[in-house]
Amino acid sequence: MAGINLDDSVMTTRLDAVVNWARKNSLWPLPFGTACCAIEFMSMMASRYDFSRFGAEALRFSPRQSDMLMVLGTITNKQAPILRQIYAQMAEPKWVLSVGVCASSGGMYRTYSTLQGIDRVVPVDVYVPGCPPRPEAMIYGAMQLQAKITKETIKGRREHIEKFYESMARQEELQKARGLSSHQVVREMVLAAGENGEQRIW
Amino acid sequence: MSKMETTLPALSPDGDRMIVNMGPSHNSTHGTLHIVLELDGEFIVKATPQIGYLHRGVEKLGENLTYQQFIPLTDRLNYCSSLMNNVGYTLAVEKLLGIQDPPRSRVLRVLCSELARIGDHLVCIGINAVDIGAFTAFLYMFKERETIYDLFEMMAGQRLHSSFTRIGGLFRDIPAEFEPLCGQFVESCERTIDEMERLLTHNPIWADRTKGVGAISAEDAIGWGYTGPCLRAAGVAQDLRVAQPYLDYETYEFDVAIAGSGDVYDRYLVRTEEMRQSLRIVRQCLKRLKEIGPGPVIVEDYKVALPPKEKVYTRMESLIHHFKLIMHGIDMPVGEVYSATEAANGELGFYIVSDGTKSPYRIHVRPPCFPIFSSFEEQVKGRLIADAISVLGAMNIIAGEMDR
Amino acid sequence: MVIERIDETLPGAVLDRHAFRGDQTIVVGRDRLLEVIDLIYKEGFQLLLDVTAVDGGQRDPRFDVVYHLLNLTSQERLRIKVRVGERESVPSLVSRFKSADWAERETMDMFGIPFEGHPDPRRLLMWEDFPGHPLRKDFPLDGGDVFCSQDIGASFSPDARSPHV
Repeated sequence: MAGINLDDSVMTTRLDAVVNWARKNSLWPLPFGTACCAIEFMSMMASRYDFSRFGAEALRFSPRQSDMLMVLGTITNKQAPILRQIYAQMAEPKWVLSVGVCASSGGMYRTYSTLQGIDRVVPVDVYVPGCPPRPEAMIYGAMQLQAKITKETIKGRREHIEKFYESMARQEELQKARGLSSHQVVREMVLAAGENGEQRIW
Repeated sequence: MSKMETTLPALSPDGDRMIVNMGPSHNSTHGTLHIVLELDGEFIVKATPQIGYLHRGVEKLGENLTYQQFIPLTDRLNYCSSLMNNVGYTLAVEKLLGIQDPPRSRVLRVLCSELARIGDHLVCIGINAVDIGAFTAFLYMFKERETIYDLFEMMAGQRLHSSFTRIGGLFRDIPAEFEPLCGQFVESCERTIDEMERLLTHNPIWADRTKGVGAISAEDAIGWGYTGPCLRAAGVAQDLRVAQPYLDYETYEFDVAIAGSGDVYDRYLVRTEEMRQSLRIVRQCLKRLKEIGPGPVIVEDYKVALPPKEKVYTRMESLIHHFKLIMHGIDMPVGEVYSATEAANGELGFYIVSDGTKSPYRIHVRPPCFPIFSSFEEQVKGRLIADAISVLGAMNIIAGEMDR
Repeated sequence: MVIERIDETLPGAVLDRHAFRGDQTIVVGRDRLLEVIDLIYKEGFQLLLDVTAVDGGQRDPRFDVVYHLLNLTSQERLRIKVRVGERESVPSLVSRFKSADWAERETMDMFGIPFEGHPDPRRLLMWEDFPGHPLRKDFPLDGGDVFCSQDIGASFSPDARSPHV
């Protein structure tokens, strides 16, 4: 063994750096398309903009097989528990890209039926503004997410979403205790958080 | 082999039913809807659609906005053909006011409606084919849709949600570069439709997946409240552009495409032919625009439409008009109107009740795909689960307008 | 024309009528609705486009249930209105028109007007235990959500700003 020169075949780095490098270049998006932004998402995937250049061409409609949740469009109060369920089911590590103003803040729909920003119910990593954002903007959002992943630690990412699971357990408890539908429970949790001056339920 | 079969439990007489949830997050539901399918093997016994996952409260919001402010919300109803909703809504308000927009604006409205119709059909057919498994056609067609986006961006400054119309006319005139690009588009779209037809029309797999699927008789279609391509595919020649012409559609030359059986294949054929007819109308519009020449695109009644910006900045009277219109809105007559236009999916109606104030007392949208989707169970009952996907795609369900 | 024929065949059924911008409207009592519908169905009004309602607020009776019908042969349109008060029901048209099914469910959901004889009286757009009926005039636009009011700033989660290291 003594005569072998390892200089050319061994490289030292941090585990975080090499894992993050792999993670950021193989994002598998789950398009949670609910409204108009989903149409722009089609443009983003189609011939002209071609999102697959960023290593994110493997679209998976199953939460188990994807790690980037792209929320494309308005999330209503009726949809909120479903979004939470989908997010909970995703395998870790997972990131959320909130595309469009409706998903980010409720947008022009300041009404009884629209959730005023999905960050009230799930953790969000990158917000893309626009109604709908141009495909370029969505791609830029995804690139921002890649930049963010580069700086993360593996442990930090894990701890970041732990609070979310606690809120999931609280939601289930409430559902059982009061015999309400998941829609109504999430709605009441959001309303109560607002009364207490909190921004989010997780 | 035979050993395996004997060990399987026998099916109980009522069948072992399996419940499958299709949606609310599913790749073939464009937008969000939820269908609970009860399956016996691969056959659908019962299908219960649940909607409302994209109910954003548009009608309630409309009661709190002025008539002008509602225009951006109409974009987001049917987001595949936003411009057509703008046109439909402004026509309804103009009917309420009893005014008509200038001739150049009328031609431009027809032009952009027909472009939007082509765009909508491109998405509908393309995605229907993708859901069934034919991906190639989608890529060809989306290239044309991108050109339509470019045209809209030239017109209105936004790709998708253009909010191009105003009450009494249009936001602005088209730029000089529009007409050459539109002329090119008409030529290339024609070729793309031919290409698409070569990929799909005689494709045996496409035919197997679509022929006879979702067939509906004319009587049933009327009973369910069908309008638009789905009704025409069932053999009823009902097209509001011909039957109750608006925007001078009676002066354009085009044919109404109809088919006979109402199945998914016929709906595809009707949509394809409609795209060709729309291209014909677009050609006539381009010719007509040259004949009319430059002119106003919005009424010069400053009680209804905003005065031009140069006048607002230089003349006191125009500034007052501007202020009055923004702060107090338009003086609306008291009354109620229902105005319908032929949108890409069918009859898009706006029912507006006015109490004379600046915002509508009640505004109701009659979305074309709402009654069509209510017939979903009848369309798929007793058929394979795979057929549910093709039926859903051919109905062209747009959750934004269905749930509002 | 069709209104005259309704008047001839069913005298007293049409309580009121008006035409604004060419839209023919008749007001029918809720006990005579089915008779009128049966008659105009025979006259060719076979496409029920829409069922909706208008909340009159303080007015008595409170609601107008509005039906829009289209005659495919003559291309005539007709609007039928039925006035109902709070907790009064309207006969369901599902036995005549299949398209009435969802439209009536939506009206029931949004206004809380019961439709008598509807085969599946569940809410359509909102979830089952949603409190209230959104399109009633006394229902607030924001539905009691403080996030909708003006003084709450734009939402963002602080974690999204700085990457957590």
